[in-house]
Amino acid sequence: MDEREVRDFITDIRAGRLSRRAFTRIMVGLGLTGPLAAQLLAAAGVAAQPKIDSFSPTRRGGGGQLKVLWWQAPTLLNPHFALGTKDQDGSRVFYEPLAAYDPEGNLFPVLAQEIPSLENGGVARDGKSVIWKLKRGVTWHDGKPFTVDDLIFNWEYAADPATAAVTITSYRDLERVEKLDSHTARLVFKNPTPFWFDAFCGARGMIIPKHLFDAYRGAKSREAPANLKPVGTGPYRFVDFKPGDIVRGEINPTYHVPNRPFFDQFEMKGGGDAASAARAVLQTGEYDFAWNLQVADDVLKRLEQGGRGHVDMAIGGAVEHIQLNNTDPWKEVDGERSSLKTTHPFLTEAPVRAALNLLVDRSAIHEEIYGRLGQATPNFLNGPARFRSPNMRWEFNVERANQILDGAGWRRGSDGVRAKDGRRLTLLYQTSINPERQKTQAIVKQACAKAGIEVELKSVVSSVYFSSDVGNPDTYTKFYADIQMYSTGPGAPDPQTFMSNFTTVEIVSKSNKWQGRNIARWRNEEYDRVWKMAESETDPVKRAAQFIRMNDMLIQHVVVIPIVWRNAVAGVSNRLKSTDISGWDSNLWRLAYWYRQS
Amino acid sequence: MSKYFLRQTLILIPVLAGISAVLFTILALAPGDPFEELATNPNVPAEVRMNLRAKFGLDDPIPIRYARWVVAMVRGDWGFSFVSRVNVDTLIMQRLPVTMVVLGSALVLAIVVAVPIGTLSALRPYSLFDQAATTFAFIGFSLPTFFTGLLFILLFSIHLDWLPFIYRADISATGWRWYWEHLRQSIMPVAVLGLFQAASMTRFMRAAVLDVIRLDYVNTARAKGLSEGVTLVKHVVRNALIPVVTLVALQIPGIFGGAIVTEQIFRVPGIGSLLIASILANDTPVVMAVTFVFSCLVLLSNLAADLLYGWLDPRISYR
Repeated sequence: MDEREVRDFITDIRAGRLSRRAFTRIMVGLGLTGPLAAQLLAAAGVAAQPKIDSFSPTRRGGGGQLKVLWWQAPTLLNPHFALGTKDQDGSRVFYEPLAAYDPEGNLFPVLAQEIPSLENGGVARDGKSVIWKLKRGVTWHDGKPFTVDDLIFNWEYAADPATAAVTITSYRDLERVEKLDSHTARLVFKNPTPFWFDAFCGARGMIIPKHLFDAYRGAKSREAPANLKPVGTGPYRFVDFKPGDIVRGEINPTYHVPNRPFFDQFEMKGGGDAASAARAVLQTGEYDFAWNLQVADDVLKRLEQGGRGHVDMAIGGAVEHIQLNNTDPWKEVDGERSSLKTTHPFLTEAPVRAALNLLVDRSAIHEEIYGRLGQATPNFLNGPARFRSPNMRWEFNVERANQILDGAGWRRGSDGVRAKDGRRLTLLYQTSINPERQKTQAIVKQACAKAGIEVELKSVVSSVYFSSDVGNPDTYTKFYADIQMYSTGPGAPDPQTFMSNFTTVEIVSKSNKWQGRNIARWRNEEYDRVWKMAESETDPVKRAAQFIRMNDMLIQHVVVIPIVWRNAVAGVSNRLKSTDISGWDSNLWRLAYWYRQS
Repeated sequence: MSKYFLRQTLILIPVLAGISAVLFTILALAPGDPFEELATNPNVPAEVRMNLRAKFGLDDPIPIRYARWVVAMVRGDWGFSFVSRVNVDTLIMQRLPVTMVVLGSALVLAIVVAVPIGTLSALRPYSLFDQAATTFAFIGFSLPTFFTGLLFILLFSIHLDWLPFIYRADISATGWRWYWEHLRQSIMPVAVLGLFQAASMTRFMRAAVLDVIRLDYVNTARAKGLSEGVTLVKHVVRNALIPVVTLVALQIPGIFGGAIVTEQIFRVPGIGSLLIASILANDTPVVMAVTFVFSCLVLLSNLAADLLYGWLDPRISYR
């Protein structure tokens, strides 16, 4: 089945000749997942049934206090300066974007009246502009109206390099934000932009009020009093904030969604560790919700037996993977190892790469180590579902790996380690210090030993490994090892930036102070070309096909060996409903709709 | 006396300068930077991180950064946190009261437990009570606070479900409920810290009383017909407390060390947990300020110990 046929189906559905269900069944029959089919339809403007919430309160409030635990506490409440998700989450209690990303990566209107699309004329055919209609009657917590001026201000504020906003990438590609009327804005992009739902959407799209931040642009941004006392549009109003400890809010009596929120007070307590946070929600029920429970699955299962709470998964696109170095980490050229002027002595050989791909026992790693916290995957790009390749398979097969290596002329020596032309098949395998990673290393090492590959393990403390310290040889971007493992994800429901991890321009080297994204130092013109095409492709179906093609190239060339597709885990009280956490947005994207069952 | 005090206070200045120089250098040389989380985020360009580093002066040479810090500190400007962009003194003032309340209560608990038990043990050495007290004291100071803390949580929060194990500084209740809630949540952290201190203090107290009780003036007191109670309180315990007071003052730094761990376990929002969070986030100004506050407290408690000693025992004179 090719692209044209899929399009015909979509036309049929739009005309009512084919049901959504029948289409989904056909797609599933072809090996696509259900959500992927739904995505294809959504992208083509065939709307899904809106999710019906079984709980429909007749008045606001009355729910008492909502207590959530963030074991890494928010340290600042200005979304444009958020250093991590903890800060985005703390800000999200008070600030809102135009639209949030739901668990499938679709848009859910928050401050927008409706979601722009090709059909309603919101998204321009050339992909160079988009029209957002703002919800009317929305006010900031201090009573001032929310209008297009706030949107324009946020764009100017974040795009100004002097502000040093972490959201700069979402806004700097906007040529201008036009005010069509007080509640209609047109965003004009410099280039055709398929990912038009980046600015003002999701965790990076929270909007701050112009009237409180206008005087604090650029270099003065630190001095704004509202950095610590947010005034937003969200379901809760600010009460108190102690950096690193607690965020408190109270119900916003003029919230723009009728009869919401349910709770009267909100409290986000921070600090401590993940395991005891899990315990406080799952076992003792002291708290209602806990974020990011990075705890072994068997521990979580045991705590769940307390019967007070359960874990919930946010499925994003983070993937734990092994990278193969294309350059030689053992030869120094111009004061730099893993230099682009070298090639790896044997890891650039296709049979060696193929063998390694067969030696990673993903199902054992999934079952023994990650459990519900991940799933074995053959793909580097796993989400959103519309970009996931159905073509790839993974296999664990020591025998075949041995055959491949035998066939390529790698002979076993007296110590069982293979060698060719006097070069032994020895690998240095590095990763960060983390119990899951060390167990994974051990499983891979064992399998490699069976295939005559000697693996030396190295683990570096995370604060060094993931740092950008130019003077340190152990950072992951330096990659002074043969293979390395860590986890990375798109972070947004669009893989354009994520897939730039393998483009030639992003290759790290001494000349760019190891600041690029292509750490495996892989070069492929074809890949670069497809990535470039996807950057401005406005047809969602074609673009999805391009990303699937990029993923397949990575897997076929064994540039990376994906291991598990990791979930983010939250602990949820059994009485707390409608949390519906998303892997593409803050855990609190639906905070206004949370309620407690009595 | 006042001359001695002045001299000791003046000595503090070079000591603090030395401490700050060492701390600053170590922190500056340690790997990692406060914007590390941005480095792994694919959506944040490297320029933003570089821009922030430049803006906060992280790229300047260490001596210049240190000089800048000293000058600001002398002027009373503690700088601001790289992570929360809040002034460091604000952050510390938010946290200090909680630490003081928890540490103070722990110290009171330790004294209340240790003084009577130590005294009773010494009055009847090698009795059953003494044996039991000795055993518990040894167990007490052999177990680190992070371990007893976890044991307490397992027992009182999880099995018995009596006490909360998450400390909240802001409790919205009022009146008696406010006190009750605070009491309930403080029991475990205070008990963990207090009993740890009490364990070693009991042993000091016992040794001190044993030393004193054999002395002639105690026999004289008894001989002139004073009741046992008066002898004990006025003549024995009072004199035995002199070395114990000094030891308690010298032990205060140890309590701070224990408090860092205990605050982390029970999520007490004190300066100990602020220190841990800042170390993990490579937030140099806050780490500097908190360790600096800690070293001041240590030096001051040493000074207090010296002065108390002289006040309690007039035979000791200061030169």
